[in-house]
Amino acid sequence: MARALINVPKIARKGELVEIRVLINHVMEPGHRRDAMGAAIPRDIIHSFVCSYNDEDVLRADFFPAMSANPYLAFSTIARDSGSIVFTWTDDQGVVQTERATITIL
Amino acid sequence: MTALLARRHLLLTAAGAFVAVAAPARATPAIVAAEIARVLGGKVAQRGRVRLDVPVLVENGNTVAMTVSVPEKTTAKLLSFHIFAEGNPLPQVAAFHFGPRAGAPKIATRIRMATSQTVIAIALFDDGSAWTDSVDLLVTLAACLEDA
Repeated sequence: MARALINVPKIARKGELVEIRVLINHVMEPGHRRDAMGAAIPRDIIHSFVCSYNDEDVLRADFFPAMSANPYLAFSTIARDSGSIVFTWTDDQGVVQTERATITIL
Repeated sequence: MTALLARRHLLLTAAGAFVAVAAPARATPAIVAAEIARVLGGKVAQRGRVRLDVPVLVENGNTVAMTVSVPEKTTAKLLSFHIFAEGNPLPQVAAFHFGPRAGAPKIATRIRMATSQTVIAIALFDDGSAWTDSVDLLVTLAACLEDA
């Protein structure tokens, strides 16, 4: 689908609050704009985002057309065990993009 | 010939702009109230606990930095944040559901504002309570409605 930027620390101490920042390239066409010829431009947005840490949910988000293009999110989790943090975005065209980050507990 | 085409293009553009203006550019208060009521599910939202940070003066409505958080420690667990912009064509902005591995009760993102308006954040907790915060902001350059 698109290029995604993911910012998760590679290593963390057990119990540490870890900040996660993600950004993905997407037009997020809101669906109520018109082109130069007056024709409606169809809606095309990422409508859902899921972040999970070792298969347990960190955050689930529903997006509407009021989310900016190239949606950015900053949130956090608590580092409890080494493993993978998985990010999934789904858009209106049914395109699903999955990215993965690994975190190691010292 | 090209001049004629240019004129036709201009006329079509003007017609398109007119249609865009004629379409509902703003959700009605009834729609906004209905959407908020759907999220609350019969609960009454009290002011406090949740904090919404957005700039009061927005230069570019296409990207407005927004932070929603619960600044003070609470015994109840945060379930979700719901964001509404009552002056946008569609009042819903986003919903964030916090899972078992969520860290701090805080989210930062970027949203679009079609016009100067009130932004509303609602937080639901697992003790059944609902809390709200709102910010009135001024937008200089509107998002969503310009032609591509």
